[in-house]
Amino acid sequence: MSEQSPPDRTKSSNRLSDPVVSRQMVNHIIAVASERDSAAFEKIFRYFGPRVKAYMLKLGTDGALAEELMQETMVSIWRKADKFDPAKAAPSTWIFTIARNLRIDAYRKASRAEPDPHDPAFRPDADAPADDVMMQTEIAERLRKIIATLPEEQRTMLQLSYFQDKSHNEISQDFGIPLGTVKSRLRLAMQKVRHALGDETP
Amino acid sequence: MMHHVSDEMLEDYVSGQLSAGWSLGVATHLALCPACRKRVQVLEAVGGVLLENIEPVPTASTSLQDIMSRIAEPRDEIIAVTPTSPTRPRGGNLTPILPEPLRQMVGGDVAHLKWRRLNGDVSQVIFETGDQTTSCRLLRVKAGRPVAEHSHGGNEFTLVLAGSFSDKLGTFARGDVELTDEHVEHQPIAGPDEDCICLAVTDAPLRFRNPIVRLFQPLFKI
Repeated sequence: MSEQSPPDRTKSSNRLSDPVVSRQMVNHIIAVASERDSAAFEKIFRYFGPRVKAYMLKLGTDGALAEELMQETMVSIWRKADKFDPAKAAPSTWIFTIARNLRIDAYRKASRAEPDPHDPAFRPDADAPADDVMMQTEIAERLRKIIATLPEEQRTMLQLSYFQDKSHNEISQDFGIPLGTVKSRLRLAMQKVRHALGDETP
Repeated sequence: MMHHVSDEMLEDYVSGQLSAGWSLGVATHLALCPACRKRVQVLEAVGGVLLENIEPVPTASTSLQDIMSRIAEPRDEIIAVTPTSPTRPRGGNLTPILPEPLRQMVGGDVAHLKWRRLNGDVSQVIFETGDQTTSCRLLRVKAGRPVAEHSHGGNEFTLVLAGSFSDKLGTFARGDVELTDEHVEHQPIAGPDEDCICLAVTDAPLRFRNPIVRLFQPLFKI
């Protein structure tokens, strides 16, 4: 692990995500699922590997474990590719949840608590999900736009709330801003996100 | 269903910062609440976009080789036989009272549990989640009967699984969540028709008004 591979140059000039990349990733994951296509898998790795590793590092995992958890995430992507459903999640959403769960499992003895849709006590969605592939990519695109146009301080707060293992209180102390401001910036950011998606939340 | 998990709690669940006790409560609510599952879907999509936008960090030079050789390894954790879940209730299509992931955690549905009486009206089952920061229990309150009036040393998450209860904050039925903290004093009363069964997650002992109840608190770990 002493030598480092070159950073992914294609994106280094502009880190803002690209809807085209997202659509390509859908095809790559499907190719991994249906044909065990290792060239497609390498493309997923080149794009997401360095991001998943960055995610692990940001959350306070040390370098060796961050590499390890990134590798585990990639192995899971390969193995669970047939479970990927583009109607339910964009590739980045799906990979985010895999990385997050592996990280939680690494720090806890038990695995992450999640509902089981096959459980007879599970209350199914009232209306049959009409969401199709287009809708998920569309949702992701709208989210990308809204996140890109957030004021800097709101975007920072949003990133911190996902990528720092810190309470609102700790963020307030670290940045020397009042707790109320931390909360209101985050609320404003989340409101805009919901608004952009046509707010169906309770 | 009217009473949901708070934004902050749901965001912490999605970002992975909620400890195991609260996570269990949120996940069990999600099993009963399609609306909150939709909220989770949105929050996870936000997480995905943020992951795309993160500053990439170089992986080890041998990463891809390492990953490919791990993929090629035989997988010993896969067991072809899916055992019938011991927590699945016997007797056909009966809907369990405790949804997953709670049922697995306590080791079965309500009828299989060892309930301990706190008094004539209330029984409980305490169980471990491995989370040192919270304590988790199931509570069963007899129909129409109250829980002793109490306030809270910290936060309390209550999820109704059967029957209902009412207090000054409203009426709570299956799937509903009540979040209370040290500023709330309340006396929940079970609905008149059936016993009320709840999951309660707390991060500090309750504060009972009645001194006799307080005396017995250490015994019942409540």
